[in-house]
Formats: sequence, C-alpha cells, structure tokens
Amino acid sequence: MLRSRLALRPKGPIMVDRFARHPLQGKTMTDKTELNASHRELGARMVDFGGWDMPIAYGSQIEEHHAVRKDAGMFDVSHMTVVDLTGEKTRDFLRKLVANNVDKLAKPGKALYTCMLNEEGGVIDDLIVYFLREDFFRLVVNAATRAKDLAWIEKQAAAFGVSVRERPEFGMIAVQGPNARAKLIGLLPSDVQEKATKLGKFAAIEIEGPNGMPLFLARTGYTGEDGFEVVVPNSRVVELWNLLKDAGVAPAGLGARDTLRLEAGMNLYGQDMDETVSPWEAALAWTISLDDGRDFIGRTALEKHKADGVKRVMVGLVMDDKGVLRHGQKVLTANGDGEILSGGFAPTLGKSIAFARIPAGEPGDVRVDIRGREVPVRVVTFPFVRDGQPKAGI
Amino acid sequence: MSDIPGDLKFAKSHEWVRVEQDGTVTVGISDHAQAQLGDLVYVELPEVGSSVQAGNGTAVVESVKAASDIYSPLSGEVIAVNEELADAPETINSDAYGDGWIFKLKISDKSELDNLLTPDEYSELVENEDH
Repeated sequence: MLRSRLALRPKGPIMVDRFARHPLQGKTMTDKTELNASHRELGARMVDFGGWDMPIAYGSQIEEHHAVRKDAGMFDVSHMTVVDLTGEKTRDFLRKLVANNVDKLAKPGKALYTCMLNEEGGVIDDLIVYFLREDFFRLVVNAATRAKDLAWIEKQAAAFGVSVRERPEFGMIAVQGPNARAKLIGLLPSDVQEKATKLGKFAAIEIEGPNGMPLFLARTGYTGEDGFEVVVPNSRVVELWNLLKDAGVAPAGLGARDTLRLEAGMNLYGQDMDETVSPWEAALAWTISLDDGRDFIGRTALEKHKADGVKRVMVGLVMDDKGVLRHGQKVLTANGDGEILSGGFAPTLGKSIAFARIPAGEPGDVRVDIRGREVPVRVVTFPFVRDGQPKAGI
Repeated sequence: MSDIPGDLKFAKSHEWVRVEQDGTVTVGISDHAQAQLGDLVYVELPEVGSSVQAGNGTAVVESVKAASDIYSPLSGEVIAVNEELADAPETINSDAYGDGWIFKLKISDKSELDNLLTPDEYSELVENEDH
C-alpha cells in the first residue's frame, strides 16, 4: 500500500529513504549505540539511520514531540561523531578548515556552528566546534558523513601538525525542553549544580556528573528548545539515561527530533544541503564569515558565486490546506520550479511546513504539486517555532 | 499486536474488509499497518459514487513519516467515506478495525473475496515480514 515503498517493510521507514542518496552509506553492518538494548526494552521502532540501528519512536512520535516542546525529552545521539583536535596550531587549522570564524570563540567552552566546505564551496558537512584550550578543540559532526569528514579533516590537518582523534568511546544524550536543564541539573552533585546552572547558551563545561561519571555538558541542541547535549563515556551512558528517565525525562526518537528541528528552522545535512549546494542556497549565509584576509577552504568559490548572483534560495513554506509537504515534491513559482527539501507535519502548528529551494526573486503565488494537485502555500521566514511557541505570522 | 476480529479479511497490502449484513463492504487498514506508519495526520478520501478496481489506489493516508496508498481490495462503487477522518485521522491509530474505517463499497464481483487472506493467514504474513 505504500507509495513511498518503505513504511511497511520491517527495516524500511523514512529515515532510510532520506539518507539513501548519501554517498557514504555503503556499510553492510549496522552499528549499535550502547543504548540499543534500552531502546528495544522500551518498545522502540528501530530503523537504519546512516548505518546505525536507531529508534524512530517509542510510541506516538507526536507525543514525543510535544514532550520536548512542553516539558523535557531525551534523544540518544551517540551515533554522532566526536572528533578531538590537538596541537599548537589547532586554531590556525580551524581558520582554514571551516567557513565560520573560530576567532569568535574567545572564552574556553564556547561553541560555534559552522559549515565545512570543499574547494568548490559545496558543503561537506555542518558541525559544531567547541573551544576547550588553545591546543584543544572538539568537533561534533554528523554520523552519516563520519568517514568522509574524518578523511577530509585528516588530509587538511597534516600541514598544521594537528592531531585528529575520533572518540568512539563516548556516547551522547541530548536532553531538550523547557524543563530539561532543571531535570538534568537536579541529578548533579550539589557542588557543581550552580556551575551547570550558570552555563551560558552555546557553551560547554566538563564536570562531574551523578555517581562520579565525567560529563561534557554543552548547552546546545537541535530542537529549538533550551537544554543540554551531554557527552558521556559509553560505560556510563545507560546509567545516565536511566537516571534521566527516572527524573521524568521522556525518551524521544529520531522521528520527533526531525519534526522538532524542522519547526526550529534547522537544516539537515543530506536533505537541505550537500556538496552540490552552496551555503548561499541553503539559508546558511549567517554562518559564513567573510572576514578580512582569512583564507578558508571554499572562500574563493563562495565569493565568486555571490558576485555572479545566487540563482536559488532556500525558503520556508507553510501549507494551510490539509495534506503533508514531502521531500522531493515540485514547487511552482513565478520564476520557475523548485523543490521541497525537508518537509513534514509540524505537530506544534497542526499543519505542514517545509524548506524549499526555489529560483531567486519575487516568487508570486507559490503552489506545491501533491499527487497532481496544485496546493497553495505561503512563503515565510523561519524558524517556524521558537521556545515552544509558533512565530508570529506562521 | 492486538487481536484481529474474526469476521475480517485482508489484502497483502495491509487493507482489511468486512462484509456487512446488507452485503456492502467496509474497508480500512490493519492495526499492524497503522503501527508501522505511526501517527496519522491526513487522509485523502475517494469520492462517493466513484467506481474502483481491486488493487487500484483509492485513498491516501499520510503519517508523520510517509504518504501511503490505500488499494481497494475489491472492485465496486464507493457508497460512503468516513468523513470523521478529515478532522481526526488519528482515529485510525486508536481504532483501526472500528471507528477508523475508511470507505464502504457496493462490490461488483463477490468472487474477488476469495483472493483475500483470513485473519490467521494475515497474521502469518505479518510475522514473516517482521524478521
């Protein structure tokens, strides 16, 4: 019965399809995180996500979404790749490697969202850079791009004498929602609670967690809510998960993570941008730092692309009619056709939203072709939802 | 998986049918199907009075995950659609074999019923699919 050819197959659902075109998904073995048995005990529906056996939902994906918007939820994101860079010239190396400027990272612990580009200005991956010490920065990159990212980083690092070390011995739990910080802080030893409470947005600290477990606590996320992403040794990740669950943090799957980040206006690598797309065409201009004299990889191509005129733009769409915008649907505008990138049902809004890449210029009345029917949509600026609330005009 | 009512028959593509006392047929999707699809958020219903062929796409259900065709298990004329689903598609998640029915048919060829699976046969199909 499935148009998408996937949902009723035991291992089929949507995440596989979304990442099917990813160049590095050729693995035959599926990796498992330390929490795999915990997910199965909770009755999770598991899917292959970029080569990892991950929970898409434990029960109702929509309820998991609302739990994060209204209270606190947690995601196993141990499939994401932690990479530590060490060496005296690490900052110089990152000035070259990434398109945002790591000189914005002045205080130890501060984090920066950035793209890593190829020489043509296409996006190899998006990642977060944490500044820990002048000779020690930490990267968190996407799971599906792990192998090519590591190869690229190592190749560029050689000239700077920077050591590149993947840290597979760490797991990661994202604890997100308006009550997420309080629930996690409540588990910490009393003498570090104040330090964790004072941690600013987009910053991280290394502290002692419950029962003496070492934590790398970052006030970052991928949901549009406040919260932490917590890096913890694999040997303690199940223990931390269970403590959070007992504290009332709801397990949430990658399905809810996807609808939350889409509402929050956050890009998904492989779907909203890839190596064939420039950041100008992916609503990522805010992450590009064309500061004086910094020769980062891809800069020449980016500047030329901008000077030549950017022909396509990424916009937000809202559909007030019933139905669901999906990846790959055709978008009709006054200047020609575009396509839906990330699209789906937005539980906070009760209607469908999407990112679309369309020809630049005034788009006129925009419609989306859904099974041969032209359905009107509104072009809006995103995020669609921030801090639990729909943005005005959405 | 929940118990399957004994009076149902199934298509391999996960639709169920129930032959009512008056000979008309009610169609929905199985409890297994709704569980696999996840939360349903939209149902596109056929038009009352339209004629359908067994095996053809007749309705569409959309979950948070994917859009899926509902193939009519039997040929005939659509005589009713479940309008309640327009505002409450999640009814299929909560009661796939009852209030979550999708459309009703006046069937044109009773012999097509012989092509469908019994509840036991369908359960076996689902079990084999799960590994």
